[in-house]
Amino acid sequence: MTTGEATKTRSAAVIDGIKSSTWSSRIAVALTAFLLVMLLVRAVQEPALFTSQLLIGLTNGAILSLIALGYTLVYGIIELINFAHGDNFMIGSFVGLTVLSGTIFGLGLFAPITINSGAPLRILGVLIALFVAMAACGLLNVGIERVAYKPLRNAPRLAVLITAIGMSFILQNVGLVWKGPIQVPFPELISSANILPSDAIIFRWKDLFVVLVTVPLLVALSYFIGSTKQGKAMRAVAQDKDAAAMVGINVNRTISITFLLGGILAGASGVMYGLFNGITIFNVGFTQGLYAFTAAVLGGIGNLTGAVVGGLLIGVISAMSDQYIGTSWTPIVIFSVLILVLVFRPRGLLGDRSAVQGGGE
Amino acid sequence: MERLRKFALPAILIVVAFLFPPINAFLESTVDVNLMYPAIIVAVYVMLALGLNIVVGFAGLLDLGFVAFYALGAYVVGWLASSHFRQVSISFGSTATSLTGGELPGIHLSFWLILIIAGAFTGLCGMIIGAPTLRLRGDYLAIVTLGFGEIIPRFFQNAGDLWGFNLTNGTIGIKAIDSPGFPFLPESMIAWQRFGTLDLNPWYYTILVLVLITVYVNIRLRDSKLGRAWISVREDETAAAAMGINPVTTKLWAYAMGAVFGGLAGAYYGAFIKNIFPTSFSFNISILILCMVILGGMGSIYGVILGAVALQGLNFYLLPQLNEWVHAMGDAVGSPALSGLDLPKYNFFLFGIILVLMMLLRPEGIIPNRQRAEELHDEDATTGDAMSGRARA
Repeated sequence: MTTGEATKTRSAAVIDGIKSSTWSSRIAVALTAFLLVMLLVRAVQEPALFTSQLLIGLTNGAILSLIALGYTLVYGIIELINFAHGDNFMIGSFVGLTVLSGTIFGLGLFAPITINSGAPLRILGVLIALFVAMAACGLLNVGIERVAYKPLRNAPRLAVLITAIGMSFILQNVGLVWKGPIQVPFPELISSANILPSDAIIFRWKDLFVVLVTVPLLVALSYFIGSTKQGKAMRAVAQDKDAAAMVGINVNRTISITFLLGGILAGASGVMYGLFNGITIFNVGFTQGLYAFTAAVLGGIGNLTGAVVGGLLIGVISAMSDQYIGTSWTPIVIFSVLILVLVFRPRGLLGDRSAVQGGGE
Repeated sequence: MERLRKFALPAILIVVAFLFPPINAFLESTVDVNLMYPAIIVAVYVMLALGLNIVVGFAGLLDLGFVAFYALGAYVVGWLASSHFRQVSISFGSTATSLTGGELPGIHLSFWLILIIAGAFTGLCGMIIGAPTLRLRGDYLAIVTLGFGEIIPRFFQNAGDLWGFNLTNGTIGIKAIDSPGFPFLPESMIAWQRFGTLDLNPWYYTILVLVLITVYVNIRLRDSKLGRAWISVREDETAAAAMGINPVTTKLWAYAMGAVFGGLAGAYYGAFIKNIFPTSFSFNISILILCMVILGGMGSIYGVILGAVALQGLNFYLLPQLNEWVHAMGDAVGSPALSGLDLPKYNFFLFGIILVLMMLLRPEGIIPNRQRAEELHDEDATTGDAMSGRARA
C-alpha cells in the first residue's frame, strides 16, 4: 500500500513539475531529446565509428576538465572569470615542449627526447615535462594573481575581468615571441597504436595516457579539497570571505593556493594536450580556454564535479560535432552551448556552488 | 571658461577636422607625408569606439563581442552592393555600371540607402541578441557577448555553403564592393559622383560626417532621459528598478544603439576596403576597441576619441617607426635578432599591458568622465556589479 502511494505521489510530482515548467525549458528539453535521438540513430547505424568518436571525445574532455577545474576553482572563490587561464594552459604546453627539447634559453642540457629515444627515457621525459609545466604554471598563476588581481580585490568585478583579459593578451604575446606565429610540433612520444585488438573501435595508448594522468590528479584534488585543513579553508573562503577571516583563515593565502591548484592542473593539461594532439600554437589557449569555461558553466560554476562532468560532455559534444556536423562548425556549436546554458540555465547542470548563486538577479 | 570649454574646443576641433584634407595636401607637397588613409581608418575606429562607449561607458555593460556588429555592417554592404548574389539583378541609385551594357548581376543599391539598412539591421540584431541575454549578471553577459562575437565571423566563414546556398562566399569573402557616390551629380564633380581610390577626400568627408553624427547622438543620448536611466542602472540596478526604470529595456536600448553605430562603421569600412573577409573580424578587434574606450575614459566622449586616435596612431605610426629604429640599432650592433624583429606584430602585447595598467592605476581613463571616476574609486559602494560600485563580496 505505502509503496503504491509513494509511487503515486512521485508520479503526481513529476506531472506537477511538467505542468509548472516554462515553455523555454520544455523547448530546451525537446531539442536536447531530439539531438540525442539523432545521435542514437547514428550510433545504431555505425556503432564502431560512434564508439571510437565517443572515446576520443571523452579523452579530449578529460583534458578540458582539468582546465575547467581551474576556472571553476577561481570563480568559486573570488567570482572572477580568470580569462588568462586558457593562456596559462598554452604556456604549460610550451614549457613541456621546451623541457622535452632539452634546450632552455639556448643552453643545451640534454639531447632532445624524441620518438627514437628508448621507452624508459620517454616515460621519464614525459613525467619531467609534466612536473615542470605544472610547477611553472602554478607559480605563474599565483604571480598573475598577486600582480594583477589582488590590488583589485575591492574594485568593480568587471574591472578585474578587463585586467584578466589584458593578462590573457600579455601571455598570448609571450607565447608568440617564444615560439612564433605558426603551429609548433610536439614529439610523438606516446604511441598512436590501438590498444584494443579489433580495428573497428579505436582506443590508443595516447588515450590511455590521458586517463592515467587525469584520474590521479582528480583524486588528489578531491582529497586535497575534501580532507585537508587547507581544503577546508578554501571551502570556507568560497562561502564567506569575511566570516572565514574572522575565524582566523588567511584569506589571501587561501586565494593564492586556489590559483596555484588551478595553474598546476592547467600545466598538466597543456602538456597532455601537446602530446595528445601533436601540435600546439600560441593562441591555442583562447579557444581551449573558452571551451573549458563553457564546460565549467555547463557543469555549474564553482562546482568541482560539475567541471569534470561538463568537460567530458563538451569533449563528447565537440567530437560528435566534428564527426556529424563538420569540424569548422564545432566552435559555433560549443559557443552556442555556452550561450544557451548561460541564458536558460545559468546554474548549470549540477548547480552553482559559488558564493553568488545563479546568473540572474 | 566654462563657455569656452563648452563651445570653443569642439568648434576648433571640427574646423581642424574639416580643414584636414588641404593640410594633408600641404604636408604631402612639403614633407611627403600622406595621412589620408590612416586618418580614415582612425575615424572608423573613433566611430566604433563611440558606439561601444554607449554600451560600456554609459550603460556599464561589458561587451566583448562588438566586432560582431562591425562584421554584420560590412557584410550588409557586401550583400547589397556587389555582384555576390548573381541569381538576381537589382539596381537602385548605385554607382555601379555594367561594362558590357547588359544587366548587372547582383544587388546594387545606393550606398546611402545601405547605410540606413545596415544601421537598422545591426540594431535589430543587437536587440535579438540582447533580449534574452541582458538579464544576466555583468560578467556572464560579457562572456555571452564574446560568444556572439566569435560565432558571427565563424558563421560567415562557414556560410559559403549553407545547404548549397552561398551566403558569404566563405573564407574568400565578398569582393569588388561598389563605391559610394552621388550618380546624379554633373560630370565636373567626378570625384563625388563615384568615390575613387585616387582621391580620398570624398571618403574622408563622408566618415567625418558620420563621426560627427555619432558624437552628436552620443551627447544627446547622454543628456537624455534614457542617458540618465543608463547611469542609474549602471550605478545601482536595484534602486533604479525601484524608481520605475525597467533595467532590461534600458540596457537593451544601450546595446541596440551601440550595435547601430558598429553596423554603420562596418558598412562604411566594407565599402572603403572593397573586399571583406571573415578573418578581418576577430576577437582582437573587439579588444582593440574596448582598449580605446578604457584608455580614453569610459563614458567620456573626448576621452574615447582620444583613445581611438592614440591607439590607431600607435598602430599606424609609432610601432612601425619604433620598428625602424630597432632595426637600425640591430644593424648597428650587428644583432640579427634585433634587426629581424617585427614589432607591429606584437601590438596586442602593448594593448594587454594598457588594459592591465589602466585598470590598476587609472580605471577612469586619461580624460575621465567625472561621475564615472567617482564610481570607480568608491570603495564603500554596496551594490552594483556593472563597472561601478564594489563587487558583491
